[in-house]
Amino acid sequence: MEGIDLQQTFIRSLTELGVPGGAAKAIWMPLPMLLMIIGATVGVLVTVWLERKISASAQQRIGPEFIGPLGVLAPVADGLKLIFKEDTVPAKADPLLFTLGPVIVVIPVFLSYLIVPFGQNLVITDVSMGVFLWIALSSVVPIGLLMSGYASNNKYSLLGGLRAAAQSISYEIPLALAVVAVVMMSNSLSTVDIVNQQSGYGILGWNIWRQPVGFLIFWIAALAECERIPFDLPEAEEELVAGYQTEYSGMKFALFYLGSYVNLVLSALLVAILYLGGWESPVSLTWLASLVGVSETSAWLEIVDAALGITMTLLKAYFLVFIAVLLRWTVPRVRIDQLLDLGWKFLLPVSLVNLLLTAALKIAFPVAFGG
Amino acid sequence: MNLADGVQLVSLALLSAMMLGAALGVVLLTNVVYSAFLLGGTFISVAGLYLLLNADFVAFAQVLIYVGAVNVLIIFAIMLVNKRQDFAPVAKGWIRKAATAVVCLGLFALLTTMVLVTPWALSPEMGAAAGAIVTIGQHFFTDYLLPFELASILLLMALVGAIILARREFLLEEPELATEQRVLTLPERPRELAGAAPGASDRTTTTNPSDQNN
Repeated sequence: MEGIDLQQTFIRSLTELGVPGGAAKAIWMPLPMLLMIIGATVGVLVTVWLERKISASAQQRIGPEFIGPLGVLAPVADGLKLIFKEDTVPAKADPLLFTLGPVIVVIPVFLSYLIVPFGQNLVITDVSMGVFLWIALSSVVPIGLLMSGYASNNKYSLLGGLRAAAQSISYEIPLALAVVAVVMMSNSLSTVDIVNQQSGYGILGWNIWRQPVGFLIFWIAALAECERIPFDLPEAEEELVAGYQTEYSGMKFALFYLGSYVNLVLSALLVAILYLGGWESPVSLTWLASLVGVSETSAWLEIVDAALGITMTLLKAYFLVFIAVLLRWTVPRVRIDQLLDLGWKFLLPVSLVNLLLTAALKIAFPVAFGG
Repeated sequence: MNLADGVQLVSLALLSAMMLGAALGVVLLTNVVYSAFLLGGTFISVAGLYLLLNADFVAFAQVLIYVGAVNVLIIFAIMLVNKRQDFAPVAKGWIRKAATAVVCLGLFALLTTMVLVTPWALSPEMGAAAGAIVTIGQHFFTDYLLPFELASILLLMALVGAIILARREFLLEEPELATEQRVLTLPERPRELAGAAPGASDRTTTTNPSDQNN
């Protein structure tokens, strides 16, 4: 199924208006990027609101109530407060690295949205090595954390930065190995191909049934990469004040805050794409259409399909965000030695065994495991 | 010149400038932390050049391995040591710098002549952009199997060596410590306190009473 191709339609309509082809392409190019940045930011606002509301429910409070209906404007107020706050740089800090640190943390996270597909053609670029690009980009983030930890000239910041780097290096390996098992089944690193490989059988075709262990490893490692509780050691407030964020305020702190929540939403989206069938609905829409007798290529069905695809991806992602918030209020923080033990001595061997098993199953049952 | 060519030319110029600037910074700056961060910038620019050459996999692997692993570990090591001390100026230090410059320029001239003299057999066809990863995999397991396995054995040896060095549980010729000091110290090898020279007692963190929460 081809789905809707907005790019072709847009460029064709512009060329019909008399705009040359190259210029039409140049006009199109920034649009999806802008849309994705706005989408990511709105996603963060929703996540912050959800976090406040779910935290409140977990503690039998009401949470934000009067800032907009049901307190939906609370995250906007947060952001406005941070924008107008004074942006201080500590006297003996290194001002250049202090400013550059949060920027280096945020840019790779936003760049990773390049590869998140919401439909067959609803993706900024279908990079042939999409998942690999994401893993490579997420490995750049600890440099920014180390930079801000060092530049703050504060021992708690430095320790937080070092912890962040150690944690991110340790959990990247099981994360990558879990992804490799999925990639092995779909014979492609492209996120679109990975979702297409899970389509056709509705909820039964999703990778979570074929990769249950990989799913758990990926989710644990993704939580650790996002520095969420139970793995928020880099900013453990009982030990390190606030880790690498200690000296930050105003807009620079807002960048860290934004980066961590964008990363959470991105991880949830990627779990949805890799293991929960991406934009596929639990009941296959093409199967339903053939049951009713509607042609696959009819225009309204394609529009319904695209809308349903976006809704499904977001629903799955926000279900995972909900679980992450719930975990925050149910699980205590691990110690640093427990964290490293879990990463190196448990997740790494288990993910290697998972990879080996997947390879064996792929040879034994090529029908079910993508031969 | 169409849009794609223009973008490619501008990115090539930008990436080259970035790479040369960052690489010169790595060598010329005296602050070792700046050098380490600029090294990351150099690696990123090289990855960008690979992207321009249609070698996606090599570019992303460059970012993942050199920036995400090697450079992070270099910075990590620098920060664990974290000695902010100025180097004492060496007498006749310029001789060293001049010799280094001469050697570097000689190497550069040698490589440039090599690049210009060698008759490169350029193939007119485009590189395998999307299928590159499959081709690389096939080469690894057929005609490049031996180098591939040798590299992995080398890495394994480095791994084992690092673990043996890090896990050394006894110290040779360790001087006996005073008993009351042994009670108070953590079970680790004695070492100089970070950032505190023996004479500068006002900077030691552990003996400063205002630092202890009692």
